[in-house]
Amino acid sequence: MYKTLFDKIWDAHVVSSVENGPTQLYIDRHFCHEVTSPQAFNGLRARGLKVFRPEKTTLTADHNTPTINQDQPVNDPISRNQLDTFARNAVEFNLPLYFPLGHIKNGVVHIIGPENGFTLPGTTIVCGDSHTSTHGAFGAIAFGIGTSEVEMVLATQCVLQSRAKTMRITFNGKLATGVTAKDLALYMISKLTTGGATGYFVEYAGEAIRNLSMEERMTVCNLSIEMGARGGLIAPDQKTFDYVKGREFAPKGEEWDTKLAYWKTLKTDDNATFDKEFVFDAADIQPMITYGTNPGMGMGITDSIPTLDEVDEAGRISFQKSLEYMGFQPGEKLEGKAIDYVFLGSCTNGRIEDFRAFTAFVKGKKKSENVVVWLVPGSWMVEKQIREEGLFDILTEAGFALRQPGCSACLAMNDDKVPAGKYAVSTSNRNFEGRQGPGARTILAGPLVAAAAAISGKITDPRS
Amino acid sequence: MEKFITLTSKVVPLPIENVDTDQIIPARFLKATNKDGFGDNLFADWRYNKDGSPKADFVLNNPSFGGSILVAGKNFGSGSSREHAAWAIDGYGFKVVVSSFFADIFQNNALNNGVLPVVVSAEFLAEVFALVNTDPSVTLTINLLDQTVTNNANGKSETFAINAYKKECLVNGLDDIDYLLSKKSQIEEFEKAK
Ligand code: SF4
Repeated sequence: MYKTLFDKIWDAHVVSSVENGPTQLYIDRHFCHEVTSPQAFNGLRARGLKVFRPEKTTLTADHNTPTINQDQPVNDPISRNQLDTFARNAVEFNLPLYFPLGHIKNGVVHIIGPENGFTLPGTTIVCGDSHTSTHGAFGAIAFGIGTSEVEMVLATQCVLQSRAKTMRITFNGKLATGVTAKDLALYMISKLTTGGATGYFVEYAGEAIRNLSMEERMTVCNLSIEMGARGGLIAPDQKTFDYVKGREFAPKGEEWDTKLAYWKTLKTDDNATFDKEFVFDAADIQPMITYGTNPGMGMGITDSIPTLDEVDEAGRISFQKSLEYMGFQPGEKLEGKAIDYVFLGSCTNGRIEDFRAFTAFVKGKKKSENVVVWLVPGSWMVEKQIREEGLFDILTEAGFALRQPGCSACLAMNDDKVPAGKYAVSTSNRNFEGRQGPGARTILAGPLVAAAAAISGKITDPRS
Repeated sequence: MEKFITLTSKVVPLPIENVDTDQIIPARFLKATNKDGFGDNLFADWRYNKDGSPKADFVLNNPSFGGSILVAGKNFGSGSSREHAAWAIDGYGFKVVVSSFFADIFQNNALNNGVLPVVVSAEFLAEVFALVNTDPSVTLTINLLDQTVTNNANGKSETFAINAYKKECLVNGLDDIDYLLSKKSQIEEFEKAK
């Protein structure tokens, strides 16, 4: 029996199968954050249960946290209560891997996982957050779960899941200069639509994927969920092993050698088949932006919004509603349009390479006076690197300030909200209505388009 | 969890595609540490004006529509994994959501809270929308044992799929965690063998 990479990892984690039902899957790493865990801990308490494997549970506060003055008490009493509850749960349930605000290992959950060596090839990873798919970049089965499932994993280190179908998306050829992993992902979602991979686990393959750095692969896997996929993954290779080696929680010594030998077997067999396949040419991709209110509504930065007759009939009401919300017209070009906010950050584009790319673009230029720019590192380790590598000084010189780590304007649970009606070029992952604040209008893009917009105050092709 | 066997009810139509979890329950309402009260904020940004008054043109504020079945456009529940979306739908009083397509995580979350997602064909869905539009008193009947959904206005019926295990959980009001807890020794053996 030939197997795909997904099959190999899945089969190695099956504890049992429910008759006519889902699989009981063992989970190697569980990430928790303050927003989707409190009700799960309440559930444990109500049933008188302990956390089954505390050392497999990593906790970080990130979603509902301020990005300034983190050393001071949080202003909003409801948010403060949620953070205090999280801290209390970590103590009450004896969870040693708890990283509160300000801790050097604190940051957005999908950024600190890989950084600290919690994210490893061949493992199963869950978190009460849909972008858990990010960790698939290491050749892991990683997916988001709901709070009931968080409770299940805390109590038993297992979830019940039906096996996903498999899909492979291959990108042949090379990405052009000025085109980022984010553009590749937005391109793919615009082709498959937001429901195009629902029910599937996606393996990314091909020359353009192999050429991506680990951080770029994380960006691609991160966005898998935006086309409905349960998750995305990429076969581990030397780049993966080099990235993992030496990280604090990664295997060491003899254990490393054993693990490495196993990790090297983690690839899809040549004759294995997928339930569905797509093939794209990386050279076709240009810098992307979105024009609507779901991540599938994307286009090349120099393109025009589709006209009404280019949209299928059943989708027209939603399409029109979406453009109305954005204040755009069918058929309109967006290049050159003035914007109000720029957000660099999130688990999609809040890593050091994103900050390097942004900084390289703005070096020696000046920030546009007409835009508010939020630069939010994904973690304290990224923040530290920004300072150590001298990026901070270049950014300051160009008129930019740095905020403190967290999810920030990606979901706008804290004060980082884009005001109603304002346009934000955002490197995050969702342009849903109200996602960045009630009435906020989000244009998703990569770090280079964000940098170009921060300088010109307009939607600008970073290649020009 | 409450048992679910059969239900006949009027419906609330929401003929919009890709309704995402940020619309079902916006992020600013996720600060709670328990599961109560989310129903009041279901579809908050579509349902209320800035000053908190109801928006007259939104279906939940239209007294002609009611009942415990929500009928929504294709790809309902995409986006985040927040179970708060399921708590909001349940908290508002919906027991069933009918659509032609659901996002994966939402479907799991709904089932874990005793809310039944029912997948129907695009034609069935379009007919319900059209009929309810002219006559809001139209009812649907969901029979979980037979796995059928019937449009009582035109008598048309379809079967819907549900995992046999999940069906049993709903019919008996059991949840997954009870099942997993019964497997503790097997989990420990699995860990040793690893
Ligand atoms: S950065 Fe955004 S998408 Fe990522 S974990 Fe935080 S809220 Fe979720």
